[in-house]
Amino acid sequence: MRPRRPKTALMTAAVAAVALAASTAFATDGQVSLNAHDLALLNRVTWGQSASAAEDLQKLGARAWLDRQLRAQAGDRLPPAAQAQVDALPVSKTPMPELVVQLNAQIQAANKLTDPDQKKLAQQAYQQAMTDLGKQAATRELLRDLYSPDQLQEQMTWFWLNHFNVHMYKRDVRAMIGDYEDQAIRPRALGKFRDLLEATLKHPAMLRYLDNDQNANGHINENYAREIMELHTLGVGSGYSQRDVQELARILTGVGVDVNPDPPKLKAAYQPLLVRSGLFEFNPNRHDFGDKVFLGHTIKGSGFGEVEQALDIIAREPATAHHVSAQMAAYFMGDDPPPALVDRMAKAFQRSDGDIAATLRVLFTSREFDASLGKAFKDPMHYTVSAVRFAYDGRVILNTTPMQNWLNRMSEGLYNHETPDGFSAASASWNGPGQMAVRFEIARQIGSGSAGLFKLDQPQAKDQPAFPQLQNALYYKAGLDQTLAPTTKSALGQAGSPQDWNTLFLSSPEFMRR
Amino acid sequence: MTLHRRHLLTLAAATAPALVAGGVWAAPQTSTRLLVVFLRGAYDAANVVIPTGSDFYYQARPTLHIVKPDPANPDAALPLDADWSLHPALKDTIYPLWKAGQVAFVPFAGAGDDLSRSHFETQDTIELGQAVQGSRNYGSGFMSRLSMTLNGAEPIAFTDQLPLTFRGGKAIPNVAVGAVGKPGVDDHLAGLIQQMYQGQPLGPAVAEGFQVRNQVYQSISQEMVAANRGAVSPKGFELSARRIGRLMKANYNLGFVDIGGWDTHVNEGAAQGYLAGRLGELGRGLAGFADEIGPDAWKDTVVVVVSEFGRTFRENGDRGTDHGHGSVYWVLGGGVKGGRLAGEQVQVVETTLNQNRDYAVLTDYRSLIGGLFGRIYGLNQNQLGQVFPGAAPKDLQLV
Repeated sequence: MRPRRPKTALMTAAVAAVALAASTAFATDGQVSLNAHDLALLNRVTWGQSASAAEDLQKLGARAWLDRQLRAQAGDRLPPAAQAQVDALPVSKTPMPELVVQLNAQIQAANKLTDPDQKKLAQQAYQQAMTDLGKQAATRELLRDLYSPDQLQEQMTWFWLNHFNVHMYKRDVRAMIGDYEDQAIRPRALGKFRDLLEATLKHPAMLRYLDNDQNANGHINENYAREIMELHTLGVGSGYSQRDVQELARILTGVGVDVNPDPPKLKAAYQPLLVRSGLFEFNPNRHDFGDKVFLGHTIKGSGFGEVEQALDIIAREPATAHHVSAQMAAYFMGDDPPPALVDRMAKAFQRSDGDIAATLRVLFTSREFDASLGKAFKDPMHYTVSAVRFAYDGRVILNTTPMQNWLNRMSEGLYNHETPDGFSAASASWNGPGQMAVRFEIARQIGSGSAGLFKLDQPQAKDQPAFPQLQNALYYKAGLDQTLAPTTKSALGQAGSPQDWNTLFLSSPEFMRR
Repeated sequence: MTLHRRHLLTLAAATAPALVAGGVWAAPQTSTRLLVVFLRGAYDAANVVIPTGSDFYYQARPTLHIVKPDPANPDAALPLDADWSLHPALKDTIYPLWKAGQVAFVPFAGAGDDLSRSHFETQDTIELGQAVQGSRNYGSGFMSRLSMTLNGAEPIAFTDQLPLTFRGGKAIPNVAVGAVGKPGVDDHLAGLIQQMYQGQPLGPAVAEGFQVRNQVYQSISQEMVAANRGAVSPKGFELSARRIGRLMKANYNLGFVDIGGWDTHVNEGAAQGYLAGRLGELGRGLAGFADEIGPDAWKDTVVVVVSEFGRTFRENGDRGTDHGHGSVYWVLGGGVKGGRLAGEQVQVVETTLNQNRDYAVLTDYRSLIGGLFGRIYGLNQNQLGQVFPGAAPKDLQLV
């Protein structure tokens, strides 16, 4: 293995080569030096520290860097090698309604086949096409998490995706999930909560997943109505009643999905009330036009305007400000965020009419946040992304499938949480004995070689040579090695090979935290 | 490790025999194996243990009902007693156990004081086993407290995440038995990793993780050898449950497993269909577990099947059911006094519904499981109070 170098040494040859090979976005003079606070801040606000992100922070200074991170960016600013991969994905090129309609036609044709063998093959081809779309969405998300300079926006995209969780294996959600993330959530991840809430409500992925596409006058299904209040906004135990759930379900009647290109047949009085956008449809024929009493407000039967009114009411409730703030604080700080801080965030949320960036600014600039740096246990998503970011900064991986598999193995697979509560942010959900053992197995896979990350996802693809560069500029020059405990250093010193050194580093208590 | 079966261990604090249900019990001992099975998503109890004696049931479920017992009809319900019947998907698995008197059903069971009808809230309520009033301690689940109360408990969660019910106290292992492969981290590396965690809060969990990994892999390697001799390999929950049976026969006596997919808002099916498929898998799993444990150990094994709540008694507009309240819990085992519906019951008519919507809870889960623990382990009132603080154990004489 490579000899240990003092903190002041020049960059290793390997890191220099990586930097040269990288795009201009990663251009570096090799001078990375951050104080311990900034290094920890970087690790928390991004998907994991890397030398290039450290340089960004150093160039701008912590304050300006944070301002920049809190600003939403339209579109990707990925390095060209990653951008080219994202742009080439069919899920990036074809509008979602088109994909859904195509696949719908494909399965209908398959079901009409009379030969049982042909039918089975055609049905399998349909399932395969759906699963591919889900995988493509995951690839796009992971490439952004790994390589986008807009790290906070990407972290918040995952956060909201989890907050407004849908399970891609329900019905045809796999064909919708990429769009849900890219069009409904990501552009609003740092914007106004009320906009985000409505964007998820109007997205067919959500309407399918929580069955509201089947909620109609006389056929009430209260699944989505309940979860909006319990999980998405007010929080359980905040004072709404079973009656409120039923009333919101009535308000939501007719809010659904229509893959038919022709509008539904409506009587003349209903025609102006029809709302269509992509596959989203508010169908007045299916709506309950009676008056409702929701959270103490009377809502006159009027059509989709009732939904807007209900969302206005819910989004402005103090319970929503509190619930959402507490969830963001727990996401970034780990267990038990201080209640006083959550209260201040909730106030900022209310003052700013639910502005997500303004609420996060209160969190990031708080004393409590600083005191918590380095103490949050990484969930599998943060663990996996941070390990690959650290190992391959400046060299874009060619295949995210191994990462998707690791996440599934650690029970935090992308778009793969069956229930609407989303994945837990609590450390105890992820650090049980069995889970730690699995994590060490994955550390060994990442640490021992290219792990399939540089082998194109094609038949007969050849693995390109790659090896994780963990003893890199960040490790030595930015002082990461100085933050390791003596027990960790001692174990690393006993590693018999670079593979073992990497496995131990990625297994260390320090690397488990952010 | 071997269990000290039939060997009564006593806690210093409980050397005086406690009087429970009229019998003298030495307390507390763990010769019995206990497996808690959590059906996450709120299974539709009314279509599994079915009130076929109720006309209202047939009115309330025009498309979802199961027809009354009829030996000539394979889709008909299987008679339990004059009022109740079992779903036909359990014919070859649970029904034989019922006939052998090894299954008791407890209708109108659940978390009586939790009316949130929220899956997550009520699952947490039950796993924690604390009173609903007052603030919750998410670091203290009832199975963890039970494990600390018993002498000689060997707890394990057969889940990919450590469930709330096993939080608190010492590190309790968890393992997803459905997905176990040959470990890649060798003993040398494992030793170095454990060195790094020495003295760290996660130290015990890391050590426990390596130990269980080796044990489970060993047990499953033996199964693979057996499978190669032509045994049919089971899938899904049955595969997991059989592995659990093997592990609990040899190494563990206090287990927890969960099985999801019960939230049937849409197209639930009746005698056939979605719920029937889930039930079939559950039944094969539980019967497979009993099979692996073997007849001797089964006599001294108790399985409790719970779910967060029942569902609406009437079907909804989408041939499914929405969130309800009272459920039906199952108690199985070779020594269970079964073949009966236990606990308080009411006639199933519209007027006895809770909020004109769902089953009432007449047997609170804490009373039920507490009472069961009293009999299984001989826990005294004080000890039961540690497991389920503030609850009044109800002895339904289930074992």
